[in-house]
Amino acid sequence: MATTADVENVTHAPAEPARTGLWKRPLKNTGLVGWLTTVDHKKIGILYAVGALFFLLLGGVEALIIRAQLMFPEQEVISARTYNQLFTMHGTTMIFLAVMPLSAAFFNYIMPLQIGARDVAFPRMNSLGLWCFIFGGIILNLSWFFPGGAPDVGWFAYAPLTDRQYSPDIGVDFWIMGLQILGIASLVGSFNFITTIINMRAPGLSMMRLPLFTWMTLITSFLVILAFPAITIALIQLMFDRHFGTFFFNVEGGGKPILWQHLFWIFGHPEVYILILPAMGIISEILPVFSRKPLFGYPLIVFSGAVIGFLGFAVWSHHMFTTGLGVIATTAFAFLTMLIAIPTGVKIFNWIGTMWGGRIRFTTPMLFSVGFIWMFMMGGFTGIMHSSPPVDAQQQDTYFVVAHFHYVLIGGSLFALFAGIYFWFPKVTGKMMSEFVGKIVFYVMFIGFNLAFFPMHILGMTGMPRRTHTYKSGMGWEQSNFWSTIGAMILGLGVALFVIQIIYTCFRGRRTNGDPWDARTLEWVTDSPPKEYNFAYTPVVHARDQLWENKHGPDSRKMERIAPGPHGIHMPDQSWWPLILAIGLFIACLGMVFHGEPAWWGEEARYGLGITICGLLITLGSIYGWALEGPGGFHLHPDPKEYDGALPAPESSHGHH
Amino acid sequence: MSAHSHAADDPHAALEALKETSTGIENKKLAMWAFLASDCMFFGTLISTHLIYRKIYPDIVDPKAIFDIELTGFSSFILLMSSFLMALSVSAAHKGNIKGVRWFLGGTIFFGLIFLCGQVYEFHHFVTDFGLTLSSNVFGSTFYVLTGTHGVHVALGIIWLGSWLVYTFTDRYKAEHALDIEVAGLYWHFVDIVWIVIFTVVYLVEYVPFLT
Repeated sequence: MATTADVENVTHAPAEPARTGLWKRPLKNTGLVGWLTTVDHKKIGILYAVGALFFLLLGGVEALIIRAQLMFPEQEVISARTYNQLFTMHGTTMIFLAVMPLSAAFFNYIMPLQIGARDVAFPRMNSLGLWCFIFGGIILNLSWFFPGGAPDVGWFAYAPLTDRQYSPDIGVDFWIMGLQILGIASLVGSFNFITTIINMRAPGLSMMRLPLFTWMTLITSFLVILAFPAITIALIQLMFDRHFGTFFFNVEGGGKPILWQHLFWIFGHPEVYILILPAMGIISEILPVFSRKPLFGYPLIVFSGAVIGFLGFAVWSHHMFTTGLGVIATTAFAFLTMLIAIPTGVKIFNWIGTMWGGRIRFTTPMLFSVGFIWMFMMGGFTGIMHSSPPVDAQQQDTYFVVAHFHYVLIGGSLFALFAGIYFWFPKVTGKMMSEFVGKIVFYVMFIGFNLAFFPMHILGMTGMPRRTHTYKSGMGWEQSNFWSTIGAMILGLGVALFVIQIIYTCFRGRRTNGDPWDARTLEWVTDSPPKEYNFAYTPVVHARDQLWENKHGPDSRKMERIAPGPHGIHMPDQSWWPLILAIGLFIACLGMVFHGEPAWWGEEARYGLGITICGLLITLGSIYGWALEGPGGFHLHPDPKEYDGALPAPESSHGHH
Repeated sequence: MSAHSHAADDPHAALEALKETSTGIENKKLAMWAFLASDCMFFGTLISTHLIYRKIYPDIVDPKAIFDIELTGFSSFILLMSSFLMALSVSAAHKGNIKGVRWFLGGTIFFGLIFLCGQVYEFHHFVTDFGLTLSSNVFGSTFYVLTGTHGVHVALGIIWLGSWLVYTFTDRYKAEHALDIEVAGLYWHFVDIVWIVIFTVVYLVEYVPFLT
């Protein structure tokens, strides 16, 4: 599509792109250089997924160490300080480095295919988002290797514990800067997705014909751009408190620690919908395919998603019921929180309605999807329970809350993301994952998950506080903790089996055709895996489930295809700048972490700000390099057989380059 | 495609080709609007922080004794006028009037610099004459971080517009870059609007008799 008409840089393949920057643009789209400089949304999506799965395993190992410590009372497997670091890093890693990027992997790979686009609106910005995610993960985890170690303040890092006085080590500084750079990753990605979905839909693909997953990508992106600023500013204020002596959250100077809680949860509550809405989108794609029915109540599901996103900004204080907000505020936030149960319930009934009367095939993705509905409902019910302030006062900071959010985040988000991986794996690689092994993975994970987290409800109700290093014997918590640890190990086994299955299938998987599931939406129309240019033609959409109509619908609802013009398909050039820009930000953030730390060559020397300035100069330089090299581009000519019988490109159209 | 062959000789066609999206709005413009929506939340958070602490600690400082409202009022007026010049730059760019683009962009940058100098002077004055620093009290913390963040936005805008000013003197500048100047203009107007809010709720409100 005509995102960029930088005319003079457009050459015809295979000619070399014009030398517009400091160096020639990378041409090789294979090997290490190909991956490092890629601007292809499919490759970026794969890299997001690989990064996210790596961090999922890392966060999982951290969880298993936590469970090992709690397996028996009064143990000392790890020290209390290490325990604090582990639950902090486990939470931060799973939310920001596993679930969010795994969702982003699907946004990147699947969404442009679902709307019939050649790529996202700004391919180089997409690549910048990826590298910021990778470097943010590196910064966060670098903290382990420095004196003082990883942050130990919990994933929501309440003031005044994060103050320099109580957390003198640089773990918190790593946490601040890591989250800051991850915020940049999410923000640039979201601006890109919003522009892409609103502006680059195939002809005929109106908003109310968009696949549900694309709709949820759009709503999630709006949540990201409106929620992340609150934490970005809160982190800046915390950074100023720690480094430049301000009093935003510092009690001594009159700061109010409660302000941190407000700012954090103004971000933090929309954040939980950022984690669950993509999962709901995936489920809404899979259920119709394996029920062989259109999605029941499509408009209701779309609007419910939007209502959930909107209400998500008005309920943050339910995380703070026990802080004493006053009767009116508490009542209002309790009421709004209970309201969210309505659109969520609407969605669940619509999913059940989709399956109702369908010819259901219980494939692996379908098992995970049905598991999602069930497990997410369990988490939803406990959520409704602590939307009531008196009940919440009982459950605050107990294992009941831990059970609740693991039911919505593992049983909810993660099950749906795994469903998505099993469902779209043949799309991405052209290879099928074994159904037999997949079902074993599902049942192992399902049993392990419930064994690990169901007992936590009881632990919480009988008063076991969360975030405690150990507990006395004789409290009646031994049995539940023991079985919970066994369950966590089984869950870990399931995830390990899953990773082995993915690696095996990549190399030895059975090849499949383009549409192995008898699917319904546009991404399955093109090849599996798709060619670099996604579609050799411009699809003209006439129906919501376009592929299903192509196969079974009347002629009037079948997709039309428009052949590319005489110049072929316009492709953007690869670029080094997104990676270099991200390295600049990485260096600047590292400098901020070490700001105020004495240098190794002398107690008086300070070098942090110097490094930050160097990093910012690299960033600024890369912005100029980026702008001056331009989007570039070349033309590809797909095999005419691929668009055999397509309508000729209209003379006036500049549409599909 | 035909767009490219047209574009070389017909600048208008190149600009029109950028509008061939699902909505008819150019991608860059739409992304900038999304960014501005996000930036509203950044400033919203900072302004709320300032107002909350101002309400909790009404007597911690007397801003009227510190502020120089005539000077700040003047520099606010200058910033508003820079928005006027920015609008003229965009208009000139769309008409292909490259001389006009240079003069008006130059004027916008000049006015932006006056505003920034005013802010630097103000900060210097507050620190040296009144001892108000980041760490003297909560008012100092919230005031400097809020107005400082706005100042950084203005400075980045000046660098951005300055780069375009330099670019118009090279042979790489093409008529379709009017869109890029328009997008930079959106940013510039937004930064001005934010200042109107900050000037009102941080400065002017202090002078309303029944509020203080």
